[in-house]
Amino acid sequence: MISRRDFLKNTAKAVAGISIPVAALEILSPARVQAIKADSSVRWAFLVDTYKCVGCGFCVKACKLENEIPYDANATRTWVERYVLTKDGKLYADTPKGARDGFISTKVDLGMGNFQDIKKEDIKKAFFVPKLCNQCDNPPCVQVCPVGATYQAPDGVVLVDRTWCIGCGYCIMACPYGVRFFHPKYHTAEKCNFCYHRISKGLKTACVQACPFGARQIGNIKDPNDPVAKTITTERVGILKSEYGTKPQVFYIGLDEEVR
Amino acid sequence: MKNHVFRPLWAVIGLIVLVLLIRFFYVPKDFGVHERGYMYGWYRKSNIEDWTKVTVKYQGKEYCTACHPDKIESIDRTPHAIIQCENCHGPALEHPSEPPKLAIDRSRDQCLRCHAKLAYPSSGRAQIRGIDPDKHNPDVECVMCHNPHKPSLEGMK
Amino acid sequence: MVHGEIWTVKELFVTPNEYIYWSVQIVMYPFMTGLVAGAFVLSSLYHVFGIKELKDIARFALVFSFALLFVAPVPIVLHLQHPLRGINVIMTSHFTSAIAAFGIVFSGYGAIVASELWFLYRKHFVDVALPLKEKKDKTLGEWFTFLVFCTLTLGVYDVSEESLHRDEKAIKVLAGIGIPVACFLHGYAGFIFGSVKANALWMTPLMPVIFIMSAIVSGIALCMLTYIVTMEIRKLMAKRKSAAAPRHETHEELQSAEINVIKMTAKYLLFFLVFAISLELLDLIFRGYTATKSWDVLRSVIYGKDFTSIFILQYGIGNLIPLILFLTPGLTIRRAVIGVMFVLFGVFMMRWNVVIGGQAFSLTFAGYMHYHLPVIPHNIETLKEGLFGALGVFIMPFVLFYFMVKIFPVFGVKESH
Repeated sequence: MISRRDFLKNTAKAVAGISIPVAALEILSPARVQAIKADSSVRWAFLVDTYKCVGCGFCVKACKLENEIPYDANATRTWVERYVLTKDGKLYADTPKGARDGFISTKVDLGMGNFQDIKKEDIKKAFFVPKLCNQCDNPPCVQVCPVGATYQAPDGVVLVDRTWCIGCGYCIMACPYGVRFFHPKYHTAEKCNFCYHRISKGLKTACVQACPFGARQIGNIKDPNDPVAKTITTERVGILKSEYGTKPQVFYIGLDEEVR
Repeated sequence: MKNHVFRPLWAVIGLIVLVLLIRFFYVPKDFGVHERGYMYGWYRKSNIEDWTKVTVKYQGKEYCTACHPDKIESIDRTPHAIIQCENCHGPALEHPSEPPKLAIDRSRDQCLRCHAKLAYPSSGRAQIRGIDPDKHNPDVECVMCHNPHKPSLEGMK
Repeated sequence: MVHGEIWTVKELFVTPNEYIYWSVQIVMYPFMTGLVAGAFVLSSLYHVFGIKELKDIARFALVFSFALLFVAPVPIVLHLQHPLRGINVIMTSHFTSAIAAFGIVFSGYGAIVASELWFLYRKHFVDVALPLKEKKDKTLGEWFTFLVFCTLTLGVYDVSEESLHRDEKAIKVLAGIGIPVACFLHGYAGFIFGSVKANALWMTPLMPVIFIMSAIVSGIALCMLTYIVTMEIRKLMAKRKSAAAPRHETHEELQSAEINVIKMTAKYLLFFLVFAISLELLDLIFRGYTATKSWDVLRSVIYGKDFTSIFILQYGIGNLIPLILFLTPGLTIRRAVIGVMFVLFGVFMMRWNVVIGGQAFSLTFAGYMHYHLPVIPHNIETLKEGLFGALGVFIMPFVLFYFMVKIFPVFGVKESH
């Protein structure tokens, strides 16, 4: 007759022994992994025309209001940069409040209360560059998330789960483009998500709709009839920081070598 | 004599089992490896739906045409046709039920977004007619003299 | 306010969302885990390689390493925007991220240290628990002590020679396994930084190795320092008690033991210190030689903005002066104390220069960010991630150690392994 003590001991051992492989199987079930290799027919891509952008900043304002980013907070899902290259070979660049209020002065903001007024005669070239999350195909921010709070949806958009993010900030450090920040209210990682709530309903993103000059456009790169897809595949476009291997999906027309 | 050396190992295994038990209750059932594999697709599936449920604030020009066709028609005859109504009037949301009235941005800075002259060659900005904000009536709101819905210089008050 | 805004001042061209997000607590974290790893390696030098002169400090180092282990996650918890969700790292670990390794490595390492301590102190637990078990009328304090020590025995009361011999073998195995795990513990911390391709200063394969080497340096230095302090206290007590209770070691015995241990340990400290310096200088030379895209802005940070912090504080005070102090013949306790304190300072500055230095320049390579450590706390955030938060973390292991010594005594234990 087996003693009660031995019975309990052996049962405990058996349960412990089985639970670990069962748990592992649940986490990495082969069947599950196979079943979900669904191929999406949509892959969102963005097109920015830096010739058309005038730096009005309507896009930044619309984004803030549409996505409930506190208006006065010094963080924004999208922004516009101004580049002024002078004839003596210097670069002056700024983005006052992310261009939420546009660019209304010739004085370039140098930070710490300093400004540089640049005269028309000294300018070699000057232009505006809108920036937003590139929804990369190899997103380094997703790779470094320790808990699976940020991820890539099947249609290519990189999203953040506000209920799961622990706020470590690793994704913010890993993004080469500086598009991420901590939401001032939710204290989770935040970034442009191509107005996912709008594009999933067939609407355009807030910034694309707000831009009066058509400098911003969004489309489905997998659809051959999509105007954005057509431009990207047939005309000369550039991407930001290609050396990082992130495969960004925001394409630029008129991307100058001085753009950071 | 039974070997006591493995006693700590049993204690550690016991702790692991406890953690796995807590995990079973704590982690949502739809959390796992999805479309893009473990590296890029490790997440809670229902979060995608959460994001699609966010309320749309900006409705677009089409929405305004339904009740304000006269305004749309008049501005469409001007270069300001390219500007969305909501850029100056704010997001429509559920207007007219909520909010009943839209606040209009009549500030000087609003117009200066485009009309502060910046002669930047190779940028579309250079083509927009503009003024020097420090010199052209610096303390007055633009709308005192200019009508945004009829911005031609002939339409001035 | 956006997190990081209050202690960041931007200069020239910086993108809107850039702030110094990883501030002083992220400097403290690798510093504390480094001390953990270093203390453990020191203890293992005796248990694995049998270096007899390190026997006294080995026991001490192991207990201190355990105290440090509990403190190491504290800077992370203070930094997280959602600290209660911290367990998500273990619940839904995303192992493509170096930080996810934290859960496994830390728990694994904790298990090893705890197990090694159990084997080391098992006899002591039994020696305390058994007489209390016999005692009929226990006071509340004695009841509590009995409960704690009874649990700690894990139900094993055999203290025969054979079982103690088995304990020794187990310790040796654990200490042996523990060394690579301790290296991994700190190597992964270096990997956290070294693998971030977006950061021009952090991105280098040398980072994990540099971190491990300087971690060992800091661990050895801290153990030497705390050892000296406790020996001085014991010497003081021995001087006073020598007439009354001559069973403790005499002042002279303590003195000679102390200086021998310190001289021995200092040799190992120097070895790892030289290794760490070489790697850091190699990294710097490579960067300057290859002069890639980021070199212009990095040079302006390393040789300009952060010159004092890097070359005077870290390399000068933290590395060069200790080298001179330890290499000059005729090492005294006093010189050793100054030397290890400077070494610890140097290791801290290295963490500071990597973490804060890496955020001193913008992603545009055309702007800078200045870090102002919050001193007076205005709110929870500036307390947690400010000077007092950092100091609190630094003091915690000593406080924990004081309580731990009541369960794991480190002095006067004659019959030790």
